[in-house]
Amino acid sequence: MSSLSESTTLAPPVPDEATTVENPAVGIDQTAGNFSYKVDYAFDAGTGLSEDTIRYISSVKKEAPWILEFRLAALKKFLAMPMPTHWATKDLENIDFQKIRYYLSQGQKPKRTWDEVPDDIKKTFERLGIPEQERKFLAGVEAQFDSEAAYSNIKDVVAKQGVIFVNSTEGLREHPELFKKFFSKVIPTGDNKFSALNSAVFSGGSFIYVPKGVKVAQPLQAYFRINAENFGQFERTLIIADEGAEVTYMEGCTAPKFSTSTLHSAVVELVALKGAKIQYITVQNWANNVFNLVTKRGVAHEDAEIKWIDCNIGSRLTMKYPGVVLKGERARGEVISIALANDGQHQDTGAKMIHAANNTTSNIVAKSISVGQGRSTYRGVVHIPKHLKGCKNNTECDALLINTNSRTDTYPAITVRGDKNSTQHEASVSKVSADMIFYMQQRGLTEAQAMSLAVNGFINDLARQFPMEYSVELKRLIDLEMEGSVG
Amino acid sequence: MSQLDIIDLHVSIGEKPIVKGLTLTIHSGEVHAIMGPNGTGKSTLSKAIAGHPDYGITSGDVLINGASILSQEADERARAGIFLAFQYPSEIPGVSIANFLRAAQQARMAEGEELDASAYYKRLYSKMDLLKIDRKFTSRSVNDGFSGGEKKRCEILQMAMLEPKFALMDETDSGLDIDALRIVADGVNTMRGPNLGVLLITHYQRLLDYIVPDHVHVMYDGRIVKSGDKSLALELEAKGYDWIKKELAASAA
Repeated sequence: MSSLSESTTLAPPVPDEATTVENPAVGIDQTAGNFSYKVDYAFDAGTGLSEDTIRYISSVKKEAPWILEFRLAALKKFLAMPMPTHWATKDLENIDFQKIRYYLSQGQKPKRTWDEVPDDIKKTFERLGIPEQERKFLAGVEAQFDSEAAYSNIKDVVAKQGVIFVNSTEGLREHPELFKKFFSKVIPTGDNKFSALNSAVFSGGSFIYVPKGVKVAQPLQAYFRINAENFGQFERTLIIADEGAEVTYMEGCTAPKFSTSTLHSAVVELVALKGAKIQYITVQNWANNVFNLVTKRGVAHEDAEIKWIDCNIGSRLTMKYPGVVLKGERARGEVISIALANDGQHQDTGAKMIHAANNTTSNIVAKSISVGQGRSTYRGVVHIPKHLKGCKNNTECDALLINTNSRTDTYPAITVRGDKNSTQHEASVSKVSADMIFYMQQRGLTEAQAMSLAVNGFINDLARQFPMEYSVELKRLIDLEMEGSVG
Repeated sequence: MSQLDIIDLHVSIGEKPIVKGLTLTIHSGEVHAIMGPNGTGKSTLSKAIAGHPDYGITSGDVLINGASILSQEADERARAGIFLAFQYPSEIPGVSIANFLRAAQQARMAEGEELDASAYYKRLYSKMDLLKIDRKFTSRSVNDGFSGGEKKRCEILQMAMLEPKFALMDETDSGLDIDALRIVADGVNTMRGPNLGVLLITHYQRLLDYIVPDHVHVMYDGRIVKSGDKSLALELEAKGYDWIKKELAASAA
């Protein structure tokens, strides 16, 4: 039975919004990454944010009372907190929270067989370039079309190992004890204004639990897309790797381009218990009207390891600083980050490493590319308190400027106290020179191809750490970005 | 059989005229050497032909098989068969020689056509064997941290792979020790043949001991002032560039 018929008594708002949504691309737009399909929005919370919106979301999702309370408390915090414009860009003030759509669902339960997947969605997979074979087995793909997962079958594969891999709604419903124990513990509601917003309206995202000692062989995947104008996406992901467990999670985003600003504000919490390893890989390509304000943090217990591999392309403004709290002795944290800011885009990204135990190590390698009038900012925090010993941090930030009017800023905040810890910091800014481009053109490459190659070369050592299909996708995204940057 | 015509070419950098009416025809199969003192416009000539945006062609023409290439961008000229071996090749960090050449080959194919990767590597390795280049060489980033000799070897390999109609070799010998000079010379001599025309630009006669030219031209103040066969290079070596200057002064008087 589908959730659609279960919920008919909820009388969703008259779907005039859904039918009149300005969807500039019904059917396939031939511009890659700039496409959309007509979707019937069976559930729609309308635009604007109030207690009613939250009650509506919670009731559609049939949530337990404590979750509704949690959401309402978060809303209060969100409304009370100021915009962080004392350190972040003033552009944040342009977000009109009353114009955002906070919940939207196709009213579908995740599909379990390929045949059940709607043709439109299959078409999108094709467009995203997922190979046929992979589409069928989907090596763990859970694709989120708007708020709910539209397809998921990896679950059954990993379920045999006792792994729970569901969307967050299902996780809350079916594994409340486990969820509640870790939920909002790594990133408290009031961590920042946008984590509070997410806590109030979250929907979608993944809940993963890997039992003790289980090593998940294939990466678990999720593709996210935004598919309606003014529609904010607020997924909430919680991944718990129990003692000695290992898991890799990958998320990728392509978004159709819409005319008005869109808000994406996710919260991702990772918990790596003793000796566990979590690797979280993101390749995002947002439309350049999207505000992408994401809070990502993990806690690494004794001998545990958390690695964020994060690639940000597109969006109007991205603010994202994946972090690791190194809570147990010998815990390791790593952030590998690539950001590309094109005209009209601001990538404000970085990393946070909070050392809270002896002999913990952290590594940050951040590369940014600014094209045209694009702006990239690196913000990092490394904190090693005085009472600790044997802690090490390495931070490298490299920026590449494509044009003379590109901009890059670096704000590293490294606090290392005590004399029994060490840190290294290196930063560089380079430019793609006219001579380098001429050299490549002289070998027959067009200016755009030459730019692309220079950029791909710049990030090559990091891109190699991505799984094969992601580095291919990354290269394709960079090619697309560079095509428009010359002339 | 192809023909490169440089007709009464004038080139300026900014407002400053550097090449002042140079005419030269090169047929495939021929090796021409242009010699001349520093600052006489030799490098400017090669960069202008290759289409460097900083070098403005104010008048004259450059034709391949009768068709002007001056309206073409640098990459179009390259695909039309012009190869410039750089005096100071750029470094491209993170891009392996193999991938760079692959991209250059791909750029020469029709849209929608994919380069056959295994055929490409087969060809690459056969060229490397021919030029006695170690297989590991092409996994290194293009010119990144290369010695002078390695950079020249990289240029020669690219030239061998791209099979141009005409190769312009800009002061290829500058700053090279004798071993590196041999690499360049062996490479050019290996590729020399009926399908390739070569313009060797050099300050010294030394390179011409290894690559014996069919024609030698002396360039001075933006023009070719004397042409001859390989003996002209030897004469120039013996008498020095002052000899040319004096001759010019005498004829002007």
